[in-house]
Amino acid sequence: MGDFLMPSLGADMDSGRIVEWRVGPGDTVHRGDIVAVVDTDKADIEVEVFEDGVIEALLVEAGREVSVGAPLARIAAVSGAEAQATPVGAVAPPPTKPAKPTKRATKPPPKQAAKQAAKPSPKRAAGHDVASQPATTRLRASPLARREAAEQGIDLAAVAGTGPGGAVVVADLTGPTVGTPPTGRAAPAVAAAPEPAGRDQGGRQASMRRAIGDLMARSKREIPHYYVATTVDLAAATAWLAAENDRRPVGERLLPAALLLKATALAARQVPTLNGFWGAGGFEPSAAVHLGVAVALRGGGLVAPAIHDAEQLAVGELMAALRDLVERARAGRLRASEMADPTITVTSLGEQGADEVLGVIYPPQVAMVGFGRVKDRPWASDGMLGVHPTVRATLAADHRATDGHEGSRFLAAVDRLLQTPEEL
Amino acid sequence: MNLDESRALLGRLLHRIAPEVDLDQVDPDAPLQDEMDLDSMDFLNLVTALHDETGIDVPERDYPSLSTIGGFVSYVEAASTT
Repeated sequence: MGDFLMPSLGADMDSGRIVEWRVGPGDTVHRGDIVAVVDTDKADIEVEVFEDGVIEALLVEAGREVSVGAPLARIAAVSGAEAQATPVGAVAPPPTKPAKPTKRATKPPPKQAAKQAAKPSPKRAAGHDVASQPATTRLRASPLARREAAEQGIDLAAVAGTGPGGAVVVADLTGPTVGTPPTGRAAPAVAAAPEPAGRDQGGRQASMRRAIGDLMARSKREIPHYYVATTVDLAAATAWLAAENDRRPVGERLLPAALLLKATALAARQVPTLNGFWGAGGFEPSAAVHLGVAVALRGGGLVAPAIHDAEQLAVGELMAALRDLVERARAGRLRASEMADPTITVTSLGEQGADEVLGVIYPPQVAMVGFGRVKDRPWASDGMLGVHPTVRATLAADHRATDGHEGSRFLAAVDRLLQTPEEL
Repeated sequence: MNLDESRALLGRLLHRIAPEVDLDQVDPDAPLQDEMDLDSMDFLNLVTALHDETGIDVPERDYPSLSTIGGFVSYVEAASTT
């Protein structure tokens, strides 16, 4: 299949840095496997491979920053049967190869892992001149490693990092036991790792602020936004949700956001001029609705990864996808495919939020939908005044692609869809 | 589960969602979500984790009684002894 390239993980990305490789030469990979973690200004992103094959060579060592489109690894195609049986390539992993860090079931129990991590491992011996690191009191560790360490009760300070700048990466926590022969795969990449500093928490905050600022400035500079807004009666939706949640086990309960997202995705199908990208040749509609969801991160900043084909998911499935996405966004474990291709984005402020939000469009998308918090308001219907749960729905859209008339049609569709929640 | 145990449990569950929060620094009568900046997804995760850990199934209509630390702790204490 050939070269595996640095993917573009959003319109604001020119280059990315390999934080860690999850595979090495000789490893068989399947479509959808996570092969590397790439650091963008906003987050560490897990990058998947899109075809089956065998890793022939890693072309970029961990720690190096390269442009979008640069070759990262060479992958040889194999037939399905061979792929299972005989990995080709320079270094075939020994049968005792430790489980990949992502396979939770085979992980050693916490205590054992902590002990291993604290002992000098072959990797540390092979790897990094820790003494040459600039003295620092800040612990360097990838977000994933921090999370794993917290879960397993490992003191990161006791772990020798083999990542860029001596940063602790996940492999250091679940690395091979002493005495297990090194697999030979991680060592070369690590030994050659150059010096760029692992991004600590403060650095990440600053770079994320900058990335958001740059992209939003570009949006406001290039995109002639127009705005429309409406108030949607949620009496039917709220009643349906309460009944539904009453019979659902706690782990499968729905939030109002699931209904709002589903209605948005369906409305985007009905008004396709709001769903897609603005390109060199003008508006390019998208056949699928990949619904971007703005997720606020604890401690500041946000990311807006996509729920793929959201209009085809049942509300329960959409809720599960949303939960998974929010959890991974906050843990720094988003995937490349989620970052690359939202076709329209929603920001929903939730129950603690303000009444209304007017969004800024993510280029190259052409629409941003906003929902304020669900709030009881006086509501006139059928000649009667009552108190209904309601939500302010807004649309910011690109005037190059559509006019207020279509924007209004879109919000009317959202409203209409939310009146029959059982059909969503 | 007595009050101390259910308070310790809440601390553990919250730590997964909002690691920076120190339960001792929070007014037990203040609204949990405001005080700790939890959104509705965080709260749902908290209730789900409570269920996974103790089997206590909090129906949605009871959510308001769990909206403060004090309320949460006494709810769990009561639910685990009945």
